[in-house]
Amino acid sequence: MKSVNEPVRKKDAMALVTGKPVYMDDIAPKDCLVIKLLRSPYARAIIKNIDISPAMKVEKMTAVFTYEDVPQKRYTNAGQTYPEPSPYDRLILDRLLRCVGDPVAIVVGENEKAVDKAMRLIKVEYEVLEPLLDFTKAKDSPIIIHPEDNWKVLCEVGADNRRNLVSTGVEQGGDVDRVLKECDVVVDEVYHTKAVQQTMMETFRTFAYMDAFGRLNIVSSTQIAFHVRRVVANALDIPKSKIRVTKPRIGGGFGAKQTAVSEFYPAFVTWKTGRPSKIIYSRKETQTISSPRHEMSIRVRLGAMKNGKIRAIDVYTLSNQGAYGEHGPTTVGLTGHKSIPIYDPEAFRFSYDVVYTNTMAAGAYRGYGATQGQFAVESAVNELAHKIGLDPVKIREMNMLKEGKTMPAYYDEPNNACALDRCLKRAKEMSGWDGKYPCVKVGKNRVRALGVALSMQGSGISNVDEGSATVKLNEGGFYSLAIGAADMGTGCDTILSQMMAECMSCSVDDITVFGPDTDVSPYDSGSYASSTTYITGMAVVKACDELKKKMYALAAKSLCTTEDKVEFDGKNFRSQKGTLSLEELSYINTDNAGDLLYATCSHVSPVSPPPFAAGIAEIEADIETGKIDLLNFYAVFDCGTVINTNLARVQAEGGLLQGIGMALFEDIQHGKDGRDYSNSLMQYKIPTRTDFGNIQVAFESSYEPTGPFGAKSIGEIVINTPLASIADAIYNATGVRIRELPATPEKVLMGMLEK
Amino acid sequence: MNITFVLNGRKTTAEINADTMLFGLLRMLGCYSVKCGCETANCGLCTVIFNGKPVLSCAMPAFRADGCTIETLEGLQNEAELFGSFMADEGADQCGFCNPGFIMNVIAMERELKDPDDGEIKEYLAGNLCRCTGYVGHLRAIKKYLSYKRGEGR
Repeated sequence: MKSVNEPVRKKDAMALVTGKPVYMDDIAPKDCLVIKLLRSPYARAIIKNIDISPAMKVEKMTAVFTYEDVPQKRYTNAGQTYPEPSPYDRLILDRLLRCVGDPVAIVVGENEKAVDKAMRLIKVEYEVLEPLLDFTKAKDSPIIIHPEDNWKVLCEVGADNRRNLVSTGVEQGGDVDRVLKECDVVVDEVYHTKAVQQTMMETFRTFAYMDAFGRLNIVSSTQIAFHVRRVVANALDIPKSKIRVTKPRIGGGFGAKQTAVSEFYPAFVTWKTGRPSKIIYSRKETQTISSPRHEMSIRVRLGAMKNGKIRAIDVYTLSNQGAYGEHGPTTVGLTGHKSIPIYDPEAFRFSYDVVYTNTMAAGAYRGYGATQGQFAVESAVNELAHKIGLDPVKIREMNMLKEGKTMPAYYDEPNNACALDRCLKRAKEMSGWDGKYPCVKVGKNRVRALGVALSMQGSGISNVDEGSATVKLNEGGFYSLAIGAADMGTGCDTILSQMMAECMSCSVDDITVFGPDTDVSPYDSGSYASSTTYITGMAVVKACDELKKKMYALAAKSLCTTEDKVEFDGKNFRSQKGTLSLEELSYINTDNAGDLLYATCSHVSPVSPPPFAAGIAEIEADIETGKIDLLNFYAVFDCGTVINTNLARVQAEGGLLQGIGMALFEDIQHGKDGRDYSNSLMQYKIPTRTDFGNIQVAFESSYEPTGPFGAKSIGEIVINTPLASIADAIYNATGVRIRELPATPEKVLMGMLEK
Repeated sequence: MNITFVLNGRKTTAEINADTMLFGLLRMLGCYSVKCGCETANCGLCTVIFNGKPVLSCAMPAFRADGCTIETLEGLQNEAELFGSFMADEGADQCGFCNPGFIMNVIAMERELKDPDDGEIKEYLAGNLCRCTGYVGHLRAIKKYLSYKRGEGR
């Protein structure tokens, strides 16, 4: 292979490193109206009255919109394929406010100064209501978060607004209660992961303008161009045909931008005023009223025999949805589907409740529930190992999923390609496990220790995610690739071009890549659920095959021969009758009345093959203060065939550090009034480059027969292993079992003092 | 008020308000490489070189630029291209939003420190946040770049 499995430079790299103006606010029209949102200071309140007249007297003010001005049809802003599993529970502005930060008014002016001044002059009278903040008390609470009659769900997910339920359900295989009774040892513990923020460097932002055809053009920093078209049409109650959505370069997403957080406001303002408008979320808004990871409390009952054989896993997940239901029914599924199959138990049960509360609505964040579920189950497996005196690596070697098995707790999918055993073996070698495990004392108060965890994710959503590609040969002999997937910095524009270059035997530089643009690009559900390489990649391969067929046919015709007698090496078509260059073919194409050299194909997969990972944390604990330093993180991934060796490595390193941040530092904290204290990068601490030692990554390839060139996915799995492995390393160093993240020095120290 | 300063080698005058921050002024003057990521002087995205020293332009009032020299990535395109090519070859550019501020600080570091070790590099750049890369690719790029600059080849 020439282009696949190579460290190809990202096609947009040089523009990014030289600071070219390629992001939303760099290209927004300079005459955009400025939009800001007046937000609720209360976690639950009803707007009694709003007086906007003093605000409108401010010079350069254009408009203030309130709940009386917006359409009354509810919608979801979750970026999901229609019909969305998330409930239709939002209005652009609502009279009932359900969390601190809920928008009260859309404030629009010619410049920021005018808007800032006007914001202070809007007089709002609130009826403050008692909020429901504790998610363990939300189900069937007398406080109902969504009492409205026009709340609705499109899918059967067990939702019931009268009970504060976004979703509920149970799945099982075998008789888990009987098998648990037969087990020698049962670990029965509750694990708690907090809401955490994606904290991409570019905050949420969108601009909108009307074009010459009277259509609303939305340019947004989004992962989901096509879904934005639908959800904005729903929210504004206008035809989808009136909307076009495109994206420029995106300054990171990590799932945050799989929810349409900022799009409605400029869309609404421009639709109402006819003028271009933009909104740029502040960092404070991005940290406090956006789309973070769901906080979850997960009870695991793990049953095993004395020899270490794991026989039963029972998982119950309680997920805190917050005020609106985005991604609630789907994230929770992964807590069981992506944790239980790793140990292939003879019996399992997975049950869950997802509940509304008066906190910020949760959304999609890399890992999407698998992260939380695996912290719980992997921690339980580590606790089991300690209980029966087995090495945690050994217990995994005994029990982990093998290639060729079916996965009953994962939709009975076949495990076609699995190098998990090799991943664990290699991670063990890299870390120097034997000799370091469980811990080594390195100073008077300092102990070094290791901890391990495994992980699996998916590759796209089976039978749901659709990727497409349009490929064509252009005059002169270069190719175009149009996609609807969104490169958010991860490099999919380049990765998909590499696949095309491989198919067409050309260089990545011979391909231009374009998209997404909902008017022009072939449909793609978007860049999320680890789908782009696996799903859209397959669409590229299919489209290239079709294009090649057409090229062979035209070349054969021009060479007066048949297709089977023509050979193509990427530059020339050769036959015994003569040679035709690709460039010559491209000119024949331009004055050819026949079939254009152009192909569009789409792809949906009936399966979602899991990538796998093994991660080992090496920490140093200060047993006097409880401070934990991460010295090394060793991780080995099986993502099938690695398409771009550099980009896969950087995905892994970046994702691992996000996981390390979630394990050690990151925490959205609320006051008793529901106010979010973690409202800046001072209060919400993401790792800096001095907060860890080193991250070492390796790949163990398998070959997934349903993926392009044998590829699976890499985007999400990378975040998962640090949580449980760091928690167990802390246990091995200090004897303190962390079941609630993050593992702060306070928790570790208090744990040591309690012993 | 009116201020005069040297921006990327050119004498520039601008009419500003007392509360204009340098970040806003620079973008108004077309220096779109300068980004804002946090508004609280934590992220390093708005880093520019001010009289030879890296500063956070979101936290500096624009009037302080009067009579001073300011460099942004627009004025350091050759340096950005050279060091940036090392980042690109690691795949460490990623989303790119933090790249300009980061590269400004790398350029400042190169001017200030002689043969820094890993610890010194991390320390110097600690104020430049990045959420995509985990910083490991940055370090690889910097070390390869510094060794190239020492004449040790690419």
